[in-house]
Amino acid sequence: MVSRPHGGRLVYRVATGKRREALLEEAREVPRLDVGLERAIDLLDIAYGAFSPLEGFLVQEDYISVLEDMRLHDDTPWTIPIVLDVDPAEIPGVSEGDDIALFYDGKPIALMRVEEIYGWDKKRHAQLVYKTVDVNHPGVAKTLARKELLVGGRIDLVGEPPNPFEEVTLWPRETRVLFRERGWKTIAAFQTRNVPHRGHEFVQKAALTFTDGLLVHPLLGWKKKGDYKDEVIIEAYKALIANYFPKNVVVLAGLRMNMHYAGPREAVHHAIVRKNFGATHFIVGRDHAGVGDYYGPYEAWDLFNEFPDLGITPLFIREAFYCKKCGGMATEKTCPHPPEYRIKISGTRIREMLRRGEKPPEYMMRPEVAEVVLKYSNPFVE
Amino acid sequence: MAEKKGKYTTVSIPVTLYNRIKKLIEGTGFTSVSQYVTYVLREVVAEHEQASQEEPFTEEDKERIIEKLRKLGYI
Repeated sequence: MVSRPHGGRLVYRVATGKRREALLEEAREVPRLDVGLERAIDLLDIAYGAFSPLEGFLVQEDYISVLEDMRLHDDTPWTIPIVLDVDPAEIPGVSEGDDIALFYDGKPIALMRVEEIYGWDKKRHAQLVYKTVDVNHPGVAKTLARKELLVGGRIDLVGEPPNPFEEVTLWPRETRVLFRERGWKTIAAFQTRNVPHRGHEFVQKAALTFTDGLLVHPLLGWKKKGDYKDEVIIEAYKALIANYFPKNVVVLAGLRMNMHYAGPREAVHHAIVRKNFGATHFIVGRDHAGVGDYYGPYEAWDLFNEFPDLGITPLFIREAFYCKKCGGMATEKTCPHPPEYRIKISGTRIREMLRRGEKPPEYMMRPEVAEVVLKYSNPFVE
Repeated sequence: MAEKKGKYTTVSIPVTLYNRIKKLIEGTGFTSVSQYVTYVLREVVAEHEQASQEEPFTEEDKERIIEKLRKLGYI
């Protein structure tokens, strides 16, 4: 049996047919608020149920509870606040109980019932979510640059931002049906924002040894400078799966979701989201969702211990290395040999090699994967 | 019954059980009996909730989704 949706019910707030027509008409009459791509992506995640049980942006009671206790007000685990920020001047005359239309790129994408408008302390938000107020942290910088007020309330999706990855985008209802069609009862999900190296492949295959299937779930959305571009990640995974996995044990699906680089809190958030897609297990790697040296390499593992009611099983798999004596990939738990035999599979080093146009050695990255990356004149986000 | 407001409430447990738990959590990461009891209850409640799962979509939705998955080559 695939996982039960988080909070007990899979949210679906995508308006279709006549209801959509009516809401589009309403969108022309109510106050308009323009949002950027990141908020538009949040709207997709809410409407399609990736953020179940959220039905909209957080109201204050839930916001404070998530910030302080990492749970919604009703006790459901939730670690990353999903909030809509506005400047007072953007919503003149709007008060609680009003409907507003959210526009992206000149088109209405959602109707929102304003349940609450409230202030927030951005520094406290940064300190609790990111465990730092250092502006060099990309999540902190983004938080401090956000607007002065938050608006909470339920949404209905009436449009979508263009999706360059339509053919690999699946939402929770779709993966749930897919897993059932394939007869999978246990599914390990792998979150990524990288092209796969041999260390990633090792942990994915380790998980697959005791689950029916693997969901490779790269994030498509805002990422920091120097990360791989979305299209590169998708193509690289296609090459890996075609050449190194048996048929029908892997589902590659892109997830339109923003990265926060919030380390441990975001690791739990990633697990919750994959639970909504039906995954029963979630691979938590080294420095999951981390950036720089802000979080300990295995700090996220400890945080999972605070959530016995998460409803998805975290798989803590140590970082893999290549052991010259073992003649293959191994971890500290499987390899008895001293450090001189071990070669660390460093993502940073691989990126440097690829940036110089060099193909990394095969023990670091499969040649088919490296070839895909090297096809791009610049595979990295600028 | 009206829903409780506020952040915490009191639940009574036998003193003997309280003392056993207090002893049990010595030297563990739990810093209070309340913290331990909350942890255990959340685990038990989640198990019960899991058992009462319902399908989150209709048969009609399912057919539409299967059609899309076929078109995309997933099945």
